[in-house]
Amino acid sequence: MIQQFIIAFLVGGAICVIGQLMLDVLRLTPAHTTVTLVVAGSILGGLGLYEPLIKFAGAGASVPISSFGNALVRGALSEAERTGFIGVFTGIFEVTSAGISAAIIFGFLASLVFKSKG
Amino acid sequence: MSNKKNKKLSPTQQEYQSFAKSREPKRPVLKNCLRAFFVGGTICLIGQFFQWFYMTYFEFTDVTASNPTVATMIIIAVLMTGFGVYDHLAQYAGGGTIIPVTGFANTVASAAIEHRTEGYVLGVGGNMFKIAGPVITYGVVSAFVIGLISLALKALGGM
Repeated sequence: MIQQFIIAFLVGGAICVIGQLMLDVLRLTPAHTTVTLVVAGSILGGLGLYEPLIKFAGAGASVPISSFGNALVRGALSEAERTGFIGVFTGIFEVTSAGISAAIIFGFLASLVFKSKG
Repeated sequence: MSNKKNKKLSPTQQEYQSFAKSREPKRPVLKNCLRAFFVGGTICLIGQFFQWFYMTYFEFTDVTASNPTVATMIIIAVLMTGFGVYDHLAQYAGGGTIIPVTGFANTVASAAIEHRTEGYVLGVGGNMFKIAGPVITYGVVSAFVIGLISLALKALGGM
């Protein structure tokens, strides 16, 4: 179990270093960096390579934003297997629903409670 | 890409561009990467703890547990954003706080809090996804394209 935690730390840190290199060396904006990682994650998900990474690294692969792309593809493909072409539309948000709704709900609640400090 | 941009500029402008570039402070790439590694790794470590928690005390497998894990991390990040802690952390860690989903939650929450003064509908509702929007847009479009490609490949392979 300890080993699993160490792997999560190392893999998650490595993915963040890739992002940091894109920010510093390629001079991308944070938005471009996250978008690139999401698209990379969905491509890896489509090739079936991201799932083994999550099995190996756990949260080290599922917490970085690239897993968002993978989860979208996974939802679309698993639904498409059941219902065909239309499943690509209906299934896209199936896996990521918790993340998106949590972000919206708690982001809204935060705007009720907290005031801007800037 | 920058060469293409430079061709449109006059010689004086080009001179200025190269002058400005030489005066730009050098980015401490190695230091930034180390910070990103440790902070990003720590965030994933915390995520791993929640994943372990959900797998041990609820009936999730190692693949399905990522969904509640991500949601928990998002809640924590929103709270930290509200208390103003996350922004300090982001200044220190850069990519280490942007790349994990907590960075996504931070952009949603900070945009919502920041635009509150413009009203709850147009301010909070309209600007919530101002910064986080690109991630969702490109994620969904790329997932759609990849879904179509993989369906087409399956159909061709099935024939």
